[in-house]
Amino acid sequence: MPPIQAPDLSYAALAPLLFVLGAAAAGVLVEAFVPRAARHRTQVALALVGMLGALVGTVLLAGTEEVTAAGALAVDGPALFLQGTIAALGALSVLLFSERALDPAGSAFVAAAAVPAGTVRDRELATSTRVQTEVYPLASFAVGGMMLFTAANDLLVMFVALEVLSLPLYLMAGLARRRRLLSQEAAVKYFLLGAFASAFFLYGLALVYGATGSIRLADIGAVAGRTGSEPLLLLGLGLLVVGLMFKAGVAPFHTWTPDVYQGAPTAVTAFMASATKVAAFGAVLRLLYVGFGGAADTWRPLVYTLAVLSMVVGAVLGLTQTDLKRMLAYSSIAHAGFLLTGVLGVDDSGLAATMFYLLAYGLTTLGAFGLLTLVRDGDGEASALSGWAGLAQRSPVVAALMTFFLLALAGLPLTSGFTGKFAVFRATIEAGAWPLAVVALVASAVAAFFYLRVVVLMYFAEPAPGGPTVGVPGLPTAVVLAVTAAATLLLGLLPGAVLDLARSAAVLVG
Amino acid sequence: MSDVPWLLLMIVVPAIGAAVVAALPPAREALARQLTLAVSVLVLLLAVGATASFDPAGARFQHVSSVDWIPEFGVSFALGVDGIALAMLLLTGLLVPVVIGASWRDTAPANASMRAFWAWLLLLESTLVGVFAATDVFLFYVFFEAMLVPMYFLIGSFGGPARRYAAVKFFLYSLLGGLVMLAAVIGLFVVSESELGRGTFAFDALRQLDIDPGVQKLLFAGFALAFAIKSPLVPFHTWLPDAGAEAPIAGSVLLVGVLDKVGTYGFLRYCLPLFPDASRDLAPWVLTLAVAGVLYAALLAVGQTDLKRLVSYTSIAHFGFIALGIFAATTEAATGAVVYMVNHGIATGLLFLVVGMVISRTGSRRVADARGLAETAPVLAGVFLVAGLASLALPGTGSFVGEFLVLLGAFPERPVFTVVATVGIVLAALYVLLLVQRTLHGPPPDDAAPTGGGATAVAVRARVRDLTRLETAVVAPLVALVVVLGVYPQPLIDLVTPAVEATLADLGGGTR
Repeated sequence: MPPIQAPDLSYAALAPLLFVLGAAAAGVLVEAFVPRAARHRTQVALALVGMLGALVGTVLLAGTEEVTAAGALAVDGPALFLQGTIAALGALSVLLFSERALDPAGSAFVAAAAVPAGTVRDRELATSTRVQTEVYPLASFAVGGMMLFTAANDLLVMFVALEVLSLPLYLMAGLARRRRLLSQEAAVKYFLLGAFASAFFLYGLALVYGATGSIRLADIGAVAGRTGSEPLLLLGLGLLVVGLMFKAGVAPFHTWTPDVYQGAPTAVTAFMASATKVAAFGAVLRLLYVGFGGAADTWRPLVYTLAVLSMVVGAVLGLTQTDLKRMLAYSSIAHAGFLLTGVLGVDDSGLAATMFYLLAYGLTTLGAFGLLTLVRDGDGEASALSGWAGLAQRSPVVAALMTFFLLALAGLPLTSGFTGKFAVFRATIEAGAWPLAVVALVASAVAAFFYLRVVVLMYFAEPAPGGPTVGVPGLPTAVVLAVTAAATLLLGLLPGAVLDLARSAAVLVG
Repeated sequence: MSDVPWLLLMIVVPAIGAAVVAALPPAREALARQLTLAVSVLVLLLAVGATASFDPAGARFQHVSSVDWIPEFGVSFALGVDGIALAMLLLTGLLVPVVIGASWRDTAPANASMRAFWAWLLLLESTLVGVFAATDVFLFYVFFEAMLVPMYFLIGSFGGPARRYAAVKFFLYSLLGGLVMLAAVIGLFVVSESELGRGTFAFDALRQLDIDPGVQKLLFAGFALAFAIKSPLVPFHTWLPDAGAEAPIAGSVLLVGVLDKVGTYGFLRYCLPLFPDASRDLAPWVLTLAVAGVLYAALLAVGQTDLKRLVSYTSIAHFGFIALGIFAATTEAATGAVVYMVNHGIATGLLFLVVGMVISRTGSRRVADARGLAETAPVLAGVFLVAGLASLALPGTGSFVGEFLVLLGAFPERPVFTVVATVGIVLAALYVLLLVQRTLHGPPPDDAAPTGGGATAVAVRARVRDLTRLETAVVAPLVALVVVLGVYPQPLIDLVTPAVEATLADLGGGTR
C-alpha cells in the first residue's frame, strides 16, 4: 500500500479560516479553564479577535486566486468577498450577543438550555444572573463553517462545512432566556429539518459522484458540460440544490424559517438571517457556476421556478403576520427569491450583483433584528406587532431607525436595498429573463405593504397603554446599530467603491 | 450668472433646511416655521434667478452639471433644465412658501410635532426639484421614489380621520407604478449597453438610441404605468381622492399642484422622446384614458358631497386635458399642456387653499355645511369664486389659455378625442357652478334645518370670519397670477415653446 500523501496546504490563503477556527477552539478551552468572573469578557474578546482577524485576513488576501488542499478549497474573489462579509456580520452578531444592559438578568441567553421548559428549575433560570458563555465559541465555529462553505471546491468539503455551520446554529437557537418553550421548539425543529436537508445533500452528492466519478466541482463541471442532462446527474443536482436551498431559506424549503426565527434568541436570529444566508448563497453560486456552469440549461428552469415561488410565498404570507420576527422571516424568504434572480444573471454580472446584494441585505437585516432587541416588555422582547403602536412617540430614534431599515428592505432609493435590487434585476434583465424581473418588482411592491404596516403603526397609531418600553442599549448594541445604519445609507448613497470591489472579485476559480 | 449652480442649490438648500428644522429643540417651534419659510423663499429666489439667466433661444438644456455617481451602473448626478422643467420649478418654488403661509397657524396632532411637518415639507420640495432637474434617468427615478416618503408622512401624520388608509394607499399605488418603471429603466439601460457598448442613463444619449419597436412598447408601458398612476389617469386614479381629501391642506395643494404634474411631465420628458414609435402607436390608448378621465371624473365631481374629494376629482378631469395635449403631439397642443400644467397648479392650488380655509371655519368637509358663505365672509367667497372660475378655465384666467391651446392644437390631429373632451368643459362649468351655488349662496346652515353631522358646524358657524390678513397674503399672489397669466401668458409660452419643439422633434413629427 503506497503511503498516503498529505495534501499541500497554502497556509497563507487559509489564514482567515484558521484564525476564526483557532479562536473557536481556544474559546472551548477558555470555557473550561478561565474563572467564571473573567470568562464573559475573555470570550467576547476572543471571538471578536477571531472574526476581525479573519476580516483583516480576507482584505489582505484580496486578489488571491488559488486552489489549495489538493483541490478541495478554492480561495478566489467570491470566496474572499463572502468570507469577509461573513466575518464582519459575525463580529457584529457577537457584539449583539454580548449586550448586557437590556435584559434585567444581564444576558439574553439561558444558563442551562436543556432544562425542560415550564419546570421550577426553568423558572429560576429565567431570572438567574448566572451567565454562560458557550454561545461565543459556538458562533465562532459557525462562522468558521460558513467561511469554509463559500470556499468549498469539492462536494465533500462542502458537506463538512454545512455540518460545521449547522450544528452550532441548532444549539444556539435553543438558548433564549425567555419563552423557553418556543426556543426549544425552534431548536428541535431546525435540527430535524436540517438533518433532513443534510441527508438530501449527501444523497445528491452520492448520485453526482456516481454520474461523474468525482466530487471535485471542476471535474463535475467538465463532465456536466459534456453529458448535459444525464438523469443520474440531474437527480443528484436536484438533491444538492434542495439541501442548499433549505439553508438559504428558499420556498418551498422555507417552512422552518418563521418558527426558528421567532423562537431563537433575537441576536441569534440576526446572525442566522444575515450570515447564514450569505454562506448558503456562496455555496449555491459555487455549485451552480463552477460545478454546473457548463450545463446551465439544466438548472436555470429550476432556479427560475424557485425564485418565483420564494418571492411570492415570502411577500404574500408576510402580509398576514402579526409578529415582527415572523414578518422579517417571511421577508427573508422573499429576499432569498430576489437573490436567486441575481443567480440567474449571466456570468460575472450576476455573480457580482448577488454578492453585493448579500452584503447589503445582511447588514440591513442585522440592524433590523438588533433594533428588535431594544423593545421589551415584562416577558422579554416585545416582537408582537401590536406592541409597536405609537412607538415613534416613545422613542423617535428607534422608530426612525426601524423605518429606515424597513424602507431599505423594501428597496427604496438612497438605501442599500435599492442598489442591491437594481444590481440583481439588471443582471436578470441582461440575461433576458425580464418577466422574472417584473414578478420580482411586483413582489417587492406587495412586500412593501407589510414593511409599511410597521411604519404606519409606529408613526400614525396611538400607543397602547401598558405597551412595551424601549431599553437603552449598551455600547455593543449601539455600535451594531450605528454600523449597520451607516452601511445601509452609504451603500445606497455612494455604492460605487463596493460595487467595483464586487465586480472585480467576481471571478470563480475551480 | 450662469456659473451659479442654481439647480444643485435648489436641491441642497431645502434638504439642509429640513435637517436643521428637524434637529431644533421642541421649544423652538416658532423659529422652525420662520426658518422653513426663509428657506422656501430662498428656493423661490433661486428659481427666479435660474429663469432670469436662462436663454430660451439657447441650448435645450441649460445650467447643466454632471458628476459621476455610480460609475458601475453608468449613473451620473446630472442636472439641467429646459423650459418645461424650469416652468415646473417656478411653480414648485411658488407653491411651497404659499402652503407654508397657509399652515402658519396650524397645530400638530397629538402624536406628531410641527417641526416634523416643516421638515417633511422642505424635504418634499428638495425631491420635487430633483425630479424636474434630473437629466439622468436613474437620478430621475431616485427622486421619483424618494418624494413618496415625505408625502407619505405628511398625509399619514398630519392628515384627516382616514389618514392611515389614505397614506398607505397613496404609497402603495405609487410604489407599484415606480417599481414597474424600474424594470423599464433597467431595460433601457440594458438596451443602451448593447447598442452603445457601455450602459448609460444620460437622457441625451438615451434619446438617440434606435430601439426595436417591440421592445419600445414594453419599455413605454413600464414608464407609462408609473406616470398614469402619478398623474393620475382613469382607471389608476382611485388613490387621489383619498389622498387629496385626507392630506393636510399644504399636502393637498402640493399633491395636486406639483406632485401629480410629475406624471404628465414624465410623459412629455421621457415617454415621447425615448420611445417615439411606441408613443405614436400607443397614443390612441392613452388618449382614450385621458378623454375617459375628463368625462368620468367630471361626472363624479358633480356628485361629491365632500369639498376636498370634489376638488380632487376636478383635478383628475384636468389631467385628462393635459394628457390629451401631450399625446396629440402638436406644438400648440403640447405647449398648451405645459401652460395648463402651470396654471392648473396655481388654480387648483388656490381652490384647495380656499376650501381649506372654508373647512377650518365650518369644521366640516361637507359641501352642505358651507352654505351661505357669501353672506358672512364676502372676501373669502370672492376668492373662492375666482378659484372656481380659474378651475373651469374661464377666459381671462390662465387655465383658459392652456385649455384653449390644447383643444386648438389637438383638433387637427385627433378630432374625435378633442370633440369628446370638449364635453368635459361643459361638465366643468356644471360642477364649479354647482359648487359655488351650494357653498357661497343660500341661507347659512343655522337658519335651515340642521344637516346630518353638522351639529358642530352649526355651532362654529356663528364665529365664521372673513379672511385674516395672513390668509389674504397667502392667496393674493395666486389670485394675481391667475389673472396675469390669463391676460398676458406670452412670457410663459415663450419660455416653454422651444423645449416643446425640441421634445416633439425627438418624436420625429408634429412640427405644426
